Amino acid sequence: MTATAAPQRASTRRRSAPRRAVLWFQRTGWRHLVMLVFLVFALFPILFVVSAALNPLGTLSSSTLIPRAAGLQNFAELLESTRFGRWYGNTLLLALTNAAATVLLSAMAAYVFSRFRFRGRRLGLYGLLVIQMFPQFLAIVAIYLMFSTVSDYWPVLGFNTPWGLMLVYLGGALSINTWLMKGFFDTIPPALDESAKVDGATHAQAFFRIMLPLVTPVLAVVALLVFIATVNEFLLASVFLRDPEAKTVAVGLYGMVADQRDANFGLFSAGTLLLAIPVLAVFWFLQRYIAEGLTSGAVKG
Amino acid sequence: MAADRSDSAGAPGGAPARPRLPGGSLAPRGSATGQLAKIAVLGLAAAIALWAVFPLYAARQWTGVAAVVAVTALIFYVYLSKRAVPAKYLVPGTLFLIAFQIIPVLYTISTSMTNYSDGHRGTKEQAIDQIEASSVERTPDSTPYTLTVAARGSSSEGELVFLLTDPDGDAYAGDTDGLQPLTGASVDPSGKVADAPGYTVVPPSEANARSEEITEFAVPTGSGTGIRSSGFSSAFEGRSRLAYDAGCDCVTDAESGRVYTADDERGAFVAEDGDRLPQGWQVDVGMANFARFVGDPETRSSFLSILTWNVAFAAGTTAMVFVLGLGVALTLHTREPLAGRTAYRLLVVLPYAMPSFAMFLLWKSMFNADFGLVNRLLGLDLDWFGHPWSARAAVLIVNIWLGFPYMFLVATGALQSIPRELVQAARIDGAGAWQALRRVTLPLLMVSMAPILVATFAFNFNNFNAVWLTTEGGPFPTDSPLAGATDLLITYTYRLAFGVSGAQYGYAAALSVFIFLIVTVMSVVSLRRSASLEEIHR
Repeated sequence: MTATAAPQRASTRRRSAPRRAVLWFQRTGWRHLVMLVFLVFALFPILFVVSAALNPLGTLSSSTLIPRAAGLQNFAELLESTRFGRWYGNTLLLALTNAAATVLLSAMAAYVFSRFRFRGRRLGLYGLLVIQMFPQFLAIVAIYLMFSTVSDYWPVLGFNTPWGLMLVYLGGALSINTWLMKGFFDTIPPALDESAKVDGATHAQAFFRIMLPLVTPVLAVVALLVFIATVNEFLLASVFLRDPEAKTVAVGLYGMVADQRDANFGLFSAGTLLLAIPVLAVFWFLQRYIAEGLTSGAVKG
Repeated sequence: MAADRSDSAGAPGGAPARPRLPGGSLAPRGSATGQLAKIAVLGLAAAIALWAVFPLYAARQWTGVAAVVAVTALIFYVYLSKRAVPAKYLVPGTLFLIAFQIIPVLYTISTSMTNYSDGHRGTKEQAIDQIEASSVERTPDSTPYTLTVAARGSSSEGELVFLLTDPDGDAYAGDTDGLQPLTGASVDPSGKVADAPGYTVVPPSEANARSEEITEFAVPTGSGTGIRSSGFSSAFEGRSRLAYDAGCDCVTDAESGRVYTADDERGAFVAEDGDRLPQGWQVDVGMANFARFVGDPETRSSFLSILTWNVAFAAGTTAMVFVLGLGVALTLHTREPLAGRTAYRLLVVLPYAMPSFAMFLLWKSMFNADFGLVNRLLGLDLDWFGHPWSARAAVLIVNIWLGFPYMFLVATGALQSIPRELVQAARIDGAGAWQALRRVTLPLLMVSMAPILVATFAFNFNNFNAVWLTTEGGPFPTDSPLAGATDLLITYTYRLAFGVSGAQYGYAAALSVFIFLIVTVMSVVSLRRSASLEEIHR
């Protein structure tokens, strides 16, 4: 691909072939070389999962980096012999709902932290920063006891339901994400929403109609981060979801390889690839916002 | 969405605000949609409150009822009043935060000053009931019961309950708190309970798996009496061998005559020779749990080595991830046309977009000593997780592999926001490429990346999955099976709290509080230094 550009330039400038190669290398060639090294490091484990998922024997010891034979047996067996479909649905339900709710709750808080001056504002901002340093799952004993009671009174929100777990996740909705969003809100000139208010818009209209569309990048980033984090959340889910029907993919796949790593490796790899599809889809869909959303809030220091 | 954007966002920004019409400030504010939404949300809140309050009311839980009423009243006040605008936006998230983060954290802090652990779970009364019930022995006049083993929730995991039918055919449910009449159960002629609302009958196969638990299970029925099982289908009420006497605050063994006196500081009944009954109760121990990892030499040395590795792990990960991520970002950051730039970007980011918990398990398999891919590819025969340093290296490699694409994304964004003129000016003034990077690009980059580096550090300081799903904290030295070479404080704590060798919640909670303090201090100090917190004062 790069070779096509070089000959054109050479015909106009008349340089010797080795000199041209050195120039090319100094300019862009080394970049390709470095990237090649990084790509090998980044991609070989992924290649291995793909190969193991296609490996008809389905064991770890028979899996190789380059597949020797390919078949979809692992996928078929995964869907037939386990409750993978249910796990998959549970994971998507939890991740999508949590991402949507967190974005809304966090954006609302970020809006007032950015635009209003009120008593307790500084305390609130510092408090958010500090409270999220507490490893939430170490409070798991407390959460467990709390939800033992909840399960008695309101079984819908108890153990083995996605909704109880969702409530715990929402406890973390206001967090470092709120800071990220507040930073981004700060970069939007206050004149925009103030002039809207002068024109008679309520604070709610200023928030929903003016601010939210302007901060789309950071909303997308937070949604993405929360989605990925929820899909990967393992510990709380493993405490809450014991029933095979209620498990998420993370809990289910872990149970599958925890004791029988070698034998179930093909199934595990197939499950991983299937789970990667929604994550990749969300990622591809939102990735153009990522660089912008993550840094522009912070750049203005 | 797109249409909204041009309507509402474009006009106020582009044109100066139009002069208001006379009387504009008196015009009704807010749209009908807004009003409707408000009514709908408040209606929903009221409906949820009603739904939540009903079971609490039925159980006469007045504190719970009061809490629900108070929260609902707060919601109505905030959304109906014209003042307190910030509260309207903060209340929903804050309620969740208080209920599921702050309360559990406060509970953990209070637990950290108790001896809460296996054998020290409940109150003294519960411990006495348990002591008396578990020593119940059959007497000639014992009442026999037909027993059905059941559980609350899942039959394999849930809390055990004995469903008992007495000779008259009346059914009861007995748990560690005592006996209650069982209503709505279907009892078959033999006295076995086939089905009872709220309980799952444990089938014989699973009862077998829990047989030890069932044998130990005892239902207290009064002073000095209790019900125990004999087999899976019958039970009897008998007198206990151990009896509590409130006069001397002690427990006496009727057979041997030994006296166990209550020790209210340790929460246990202790005999004169130091022997203690296994059933104790929860007491406040003040700072004793915190003193343990300062005072006890064995705990202290393992604690210090874990803390050192923990800091090294978090700092090493952050540094390596930053260097690699920035390296890739700089490699792709050029004005020259670079063929395949988009493809490179998408491919490098792939590890970040894969489900990370699965990738940890995958790497664990790849480091497998017998048939792992790493050994096969490199032609090695190394037991990666068997030696402290190779295990540490492996955990770091895995974590860097997962983390650097994210840092690449962030660094790319940060690089693009730095005006190119600055670097060009430096180059014109005679700076070399390296000097320009070192003196111009990096300092500017750090402004936007410092908070993210701090967040990365804090996250990895407590990166439970990275260690638990790969090495599980191992390898363990032979003389201390609790503190492994790759253990982070958080995995160590987890093992203490939920490990196989008896749960020590009190001590684990103290460790949690300590971790919390370390991470908070480190984060606040470094964020202060990076001056990112300044803007909150404006």
